[in-house]
Amino acid sequence: MQTKRTTFRSWWLPYLLVAPQLAITLVFFIWPAGQAVYQSFLREDPFGLSTTWVGLRNYIRLFDSAEYLASFETTVIFTVCTATLSMGLSLLLAVAVDRMIRTASVYTTLVVWPYAVAPAIAGILWWFMFNPSFGILTYVLEMVGYDWNHRLNGEDAMTLVVLASAWKQISYNFLFFVAGLQSIPMSLREAAAIDGAGPVKRFFTVVFPLLSPTTFFLLVVNINYTMFDTFSTIDASTAGGPGQATTILVYKVYEDGVKGLNLGSSAAQSVILMSIVIALTFIQFRFIERRVQY
Amino acid sequence: MVENRPFLTFLAHAVLILGVAFVALPVWIAFVASTHDQSTFLSGSMPMWPGDNIWETYGTILGTGAPVPGAPPLTLMLKNSLVMALIITVGKIAISILSAFAIVYFRFPGRVLIFCLIFVTLMLPVEVRIMPTFKVVADLGMLNSYAGLSIPLIASATATFLFRQFFLTIPEELVEAARIDGAGPMKFFRDMVLPLSQTNIAALFVILFIYGWNQYLWPMLITTDEKFYTVVMGIKRMSDVADSDPQWNFVMGSAMLAMLPPVLVVIFMQRLFVKGLVEQEK
Repeated sequence: MQTKRTTFRSWWLPYLLVAPQLAITLVFFIWPAGQAVYQSFLREDPFGLSTTWVGLRNYIRLFDSAEYLASFETTVIFTVCTATLSMGLSLLLAVAVDRMIRTASVYTTLVVWPYAVAPAIAGILWWFMFNPSFGILTYVLEMVGYDWNHRLNGEDAMTLVVLASAWKQISYNFLFFVAGLQSIPMSLREAAAIDGAGPVKRFFTVVFPLLSPTTFFLLVVNINYTMFDTFSTIDASTAGGPGQATTILVYKVYEDGVKGLNLGSSAAQSVILMSIVIALTFIQFRFIERRVQY
Repeated sequence: MVENRPFLTFLAHAVLILGVAFVALPVWIAFVASTHDQSTFLSGSMPMWPGDNIWETYGTILGTGAPVPGAPPLTLMLKNSLVMALIITVGKIAISILSAFAIVYFRFPGRVLIFCLIFVTLMLPVEVRIMPTFKVVADLGMLNSYAGLSIPLIASATATFLFRQFFLTIPEELVEAARIDGAGPMKFFRDMVLPLSQTNIAALFVILFIYGWNQYLWPMLITTDEKFYTVVMGIKRMSDVADSDPQWNFVMGSAMLAMLPPVLVVIFMQRLFVKGLVEQEK
C-alpha cells in the first residue's frame, strides 16, 4: 500500500492518530457485525430467556419461506424500475443541459437541489400527492378513469415508492452524467458531424458508448441506493404494505428484528444483505481501478 | 454544441423545463398545502395555488408548536437536527483526517490491517446491522442522548479515503523540506496539511451535513424521549397522527422547514457540493 517516500518516525503517534476512528469502527461496526453473524446461528425463545444453537437452520428457513423469496422478488422489481427510471430521466436532462451554453448553470441548480431532501421527506411528499382522498395526482388519475389507492393496491404502492425514490436520485445521476458528457472530447463529435452523422446517430454511436463507464458506475451506485437508502422512503410512505407489496429486503430485516423481535431470522437476513453489499462494493472498486480505459 | 439546430435547442429547453417542473412539483404541492387551512383538505380536492393561511401556519409551527399530538415543538426538533448534523460532520472530518494522515505519513506495524478494518465500514450501512448496533448503544447507556444520536454514525470510510487520496497528491518535496527544517509530524500537519486541505474539508462538510441532517432510521430507533426527536423523524410521527385527523397544513409546513437548511446549503455552496459529491466516489 502506498505511503510517502519520506515518512515520519514515531512508535506511538500513528496509533494515537488512528485510535478514535479505530475505536468507533470496532465498537459500532465490527462488533455489531460480528454479533449479527453469531446471532444468525441462534434461536431465542419468545421471552428472551434462553437461546439455542441452531446452526444454519435460520438460513434454511429463510430460503424455504415464501415471504422471504417474495421480498427478494420485490427488491429486484423495485431496484430495476427505480434505477431505470431515475437514470433514464437524468440522462435525458443531462444531454439537454449539455447543449446549453448560457443557461446550463441555472438549469443545473434547479435540477440538483432535491439531493438535499431527506429520503423520508421525499416519501411523505409523494404520499401526500397520492393521498386517496384529496391527493392532486389521485385527482388527475381519477379524471382519466383510474381509481388510485395505494393502501389497497400493491401495484399502486410500488409505483408510489418507485416514483419517490427515483425523484430523489435524479439530481445525483444528473450531476455524474453531466460530468461524464463534459469529459467526452468535442473533436470526436465534430468529426462524426463532418462525416454526416445526425444528432441522434451521434448520440448512439459516439456519445453513449463513451459514456458507458459513467453509466456502469451509476448503475452500481443506484442499486446500492435502492437496496438500502430507500428504507426511509418506504417507511415514511407505504411502510412495506399493503400486505408485503413494498417490503424490500432491508425493510424486512427491520420488520422482523425491530417489530417482530425475531432476532435470529433478522440477523440471518442481515448477514445475507451484508454479503450482497460486500459483493457490490467489490465490483465498484474493481471497476473504478479500470474506469479510465474505454 | 456541434452545429446550430434551432429545433433541437427548442426541444432541449422543453425537456429541461419539464424536468425542472417534475423535480419541483412535490415541494410546490407541499408549500401550497402549508398555506391553506385544515378545512381545505376535508373538501376533497387539493388547490394548486397558495392560500392566505401562510402566516398562521408558520407562526403556529414556529411559535407554540404544531397542535399535533405526539410531536414536540418544531424549533426543538430543528435544534436537535442541527446539533446531530454538526456533531456528525465535525466528528467525521476530525477523525478521518487524523487517521488518513497517520496512514499516509507513517509506516507502522498493523497499518494495512487498520486500513482494512476502516475499509470494511464502507460496506455496512446502518440499515443492515440495526439490531446489534442498537444493543451496543443501549448497553453503553447512550439511548436518548446526543452522543447516541451521532457517535455511531461518525466512523466513515469515505471521508478517510478522500483525505488519503488527497494526501497522496501533496508533493513529496513539502515533507522533505519540512523535515530538513526540523518540523515534527504534528507541526507539519498543522502548518502544511490542514491549510492545503481547506477546500476538501469544506466540500466534505457540505456532503456530510446533508447526510447527518437527513438521518431517519437511527434517530427513530434510539430516541423515545421527545426532547431528542429530530425533525425528519418527527415529521413522520406527525403524519401518522395526521392521517386520522387531517392537519396536513402543519405537517407540510414542518416538512418545508425541515427541507430548508440542507437545500439552502446545496444551492449556495453548489460548487463545493458538486466537488464533494464527485470526488467522494473516486
